[in-house]
Amino acid sequence: MKTRRTLKGHGNKVLCMDWCKDKRRIVSSSQDGKVIVWDSFTTNKEHAVTMPCTWVMACAYAPSGCAIACGGLDNKCSVYPLTFDKNENMAAKKKSVAMHTNYLSACSFTNSDMQILTASGDGTCALWDVESGQLLQSFHGHGADVLCLDLAPSETGNTFVSGGCDKKAMVWDMRSGQCVQAFETHESDINSVRYYPSGDAFASGSDDATCRLYDLRADREVAIYSKESIIFGASSVDFSLSGRLLFAGYNDYTINVWDVLKGSRVSILFGHENRVSTLRVSPDGTAFCSGSWDHTLRTKNYLFVSLQVWA
Amino acid sequence: MAAGPASHGGLRRAQRPHLSKMERMVVSMQDPDQGVKMRSQRLLITVIPHAVTGNDIMEWLIHKYCITEEEALHLGTLLVRHGYLYPLRDPCHLELRLDETPYRFQTPYFWMSTLWPAAELDYAIYLAKKNIRKRGGLFDHEKEHYDQLHRKISHTWDLVVMQAREQLWAAKQRRKGDRLVIACQEQTYWLVNRPPPGVPSVLEQGPERNSCTAGRVQMPTGPFQTKTVDFYRREVECLRKALGRARVKSSVCLEAYLKFSSQRGPHDPIMSGCLPSNPWVTDNDTYWAMNAPSAAVPTRLRVEQWAFSFRELLEDPVGRAHFMDFLSKEFSGEKPPPRLPARAPPPRFPPAWGGPDPVPGPPAENLSFWEACEELRHGGQAQVPALVDAVYQQFLAPGAARWVNIDSRTMERTLVGLGRPHRHVLDDAQLHIYMLMKKDSYPRFLKSDLYKDLLAEAVVPPKTKRRVFPFMRKPRHSSPSPALLPASASREPSGGDGEA
Repeated sequence: MKTRRTLKGHGNKVLCMDWCKDKRRIVSSSQDGKVIVWDSFTTNKEHAVTMPCTWVMACAYAPSGCAIACGGLDNKCSVYPLTFDKNENMAAKKKSVAMHTNYLSACSFTNSDMQILTASGDGTCALWDVESGQLLQSFHGHGADVLCLDLAPSETGNTFVSGGCDKKAMVWDMRSGQCVQAFETHESDINSVRYYPSGDAFASGSDDATCRLYDLRADREVAIYSKESIIFGASSVDFSLSGRLLFAGYNDYTINVWDVLKGSRVSILFGHENRVSTLRVSPDGTAFCSGSWDHTLRTKNYLFVSLQVWA
Repeated sequence: MAAGPASHGGLRRAQRPHLSKMERMVVSMQDPDQGVKMRSQRLLITVIPHAVTGNDIMEWLIHKYCITEEEALHLGTLLVRHGYLYPLRDPCHLELRLDETPYRFQTPYFWMSTLWPAAELDYAIYLAKKNIRKRGGLFDHEKEHYDQLHRKISHTWDLVVMQAREQLWAAKQRRKGDRLVIACQEQTYWLVNRPPPGVPSVLEQGPERNSCTAGRVQMPTGPFQTKTVDFYRREVECLRKALGRARVKSSVCLEAYLKFSSQRGPHDPIMSGCLPSNPWVTDNDTYWAMNAPSAAVPTRLRVEQWAFSFRELLEDPVGRAHFMDFLSKEFSGEKPPPRLPARAPPPRFPPAWGGPDPVPGPPAENLSFWEACEELRHGGQAQVPALVDAVYQQFLAPGAARWVNIDSRTMERTLVGLGRPHRHVLDDAQLHIYMLMKKDSYPRFLKSDLYKDLLAEAVVPPKTKRRVFPFMRKPRHSSPSPALLPASASREPSGGDGEA
């Protein structure tokens, strides 16, 4: 696997990114408040918005491809419809959807553009109606900041998993707001959770330098992906399309690729000069994109690139 | 570079487990028997004991952790960048050189995990010392900082200079070797805590996280007491449910993963490649064109995927259209109404199912009903009452135009729930119909001639021939943004021209 595209444009740490369902567009957000929509195949920037806050830690692309959502230290999640009209200022049509009492750490649209799920540093997750901004359901149970969430690819489509600073990963029923299952085997904050493609399990990456696979039907942890030489926390994990490979971005600037079934590391990828903050596999599984805290080094004559697409 | 003080002060050890791991690593490196080979380093006329070279460190890492050279170099560099190792020569860049440059292990006094705030006063003293010693030979960024600090703490500047002089004088009393070592240690410490411009700071952490327990969780109402009681009540409930839950054996689950992954392996572009070629590798986006949501002729892999699970059939718009086709055909036995795959319904928002189409048979109704329920579940909150009513009129009311057959118990429950419509009121009915389709119509679909024909007609794209001149880049085509497509208000279907 090699870097196939480098997306230059963020002047500051990239904190989050998401793919569009068209498999080539991505939205990325950074520390200075900029949110950029790219066609990563051509590396063109298509839209750019500057949020009024810094540390935009969450961003998501709507399933229809017509809007993006983002949020961070402003404690809100805002939805921006994407427009190509040159006369319109994207920021003018912004809709504030979610309101939390602490920073927004993750957000995701559910199956449509109409609903959005958010996770926050105030220890709760919440489901919102985009049109009205109404809170549809809130999820209480984490004892500390919630850092990540992922929706289940199940037939009934009613659950999601969240991970937090209380070292717990909790599975929620979206309809009732109840916690269905909880897993607590990590030794430190859980930075990222991602479902296995079949929906029967999920992987989590944590500051304790391990990634773990939890099975929902067996109700326990079934695998740990760790190595003695890996001492920095995993910030972001995602599965390949078949679920055979687990890509994990770490705070030691590397990306480790794990064989999910064997539990061993397949390879290690170097390509960033600062911690990898976000990693997502494209919707059709042809590539994955990693974003990091690299920034431009003007003194050294070469650009460290914060966003790279690997295939 | 003024590193934000908030990012230093708010840290607690628990948030940086990697530091304690690095320290353990460094301690084991200094182990007299198992550690890195130490030697005495000769620097001009002084001899420094307990020095190691970059190569030694790498070898030790490779040996101990069974990793490659590249990884060992990376790990060693991280140790140096975090200040656990410092070079004795030219300590203005923290990097691991693989030549004969001697390195030493930083004294625990200066370890990052001590969480000293690295105060401005200390930095000022350090810079003053350096200034005096080198007679103005500070680096540019250090000069800047020096001037800044001078302005900031000018009231105590005498103290700073006095301290600096004292420390220099005390250092002169030591042996040359010790003096050199201490100077290097201090310099490394400040390189880590006040990195020169352009060098990323290893201290940066991101917004502060709180990991204290339950009592802190903020709830909209209620005094502190009720919050914790509620929390524990929920905990107890959760645990009680956990006790009663039926568990599957892990071995069974793992077998399921094996089966899943091997079944999907050929469909995974990263594992098995994709035909004609991976667009990211060859800059050729034919693969995407062939697998577009509304492609006229689906590829073979795509058609095979419909057999994996019912969910995947429904998620693919082309697959869903063919299934709808099959359902209508099945009942009437006549030619189905023209629902050609070329005008496949868009993935999320199906066309108005109350349209004036010829009425298909009941099996097709099931799918339409399911689609309508999905629209309700994922639609906007404001549309819920209207949608519920419309669904009822179309599918559930006695004598409805497209009546679906649900069992009486579910129907009763649903009718009761319709009194107070909410987005989940049709969930039971939807699930019932879904299971019906999954257990009955879906297997028949897979065995049908329609499906077999689709498989036979499906395209297997040829692999792109490798270009003879790989440096001739194909122009990368841009594609229209989904946001640009006609009728692209947020709820309208994207792609296609919507079905009548």
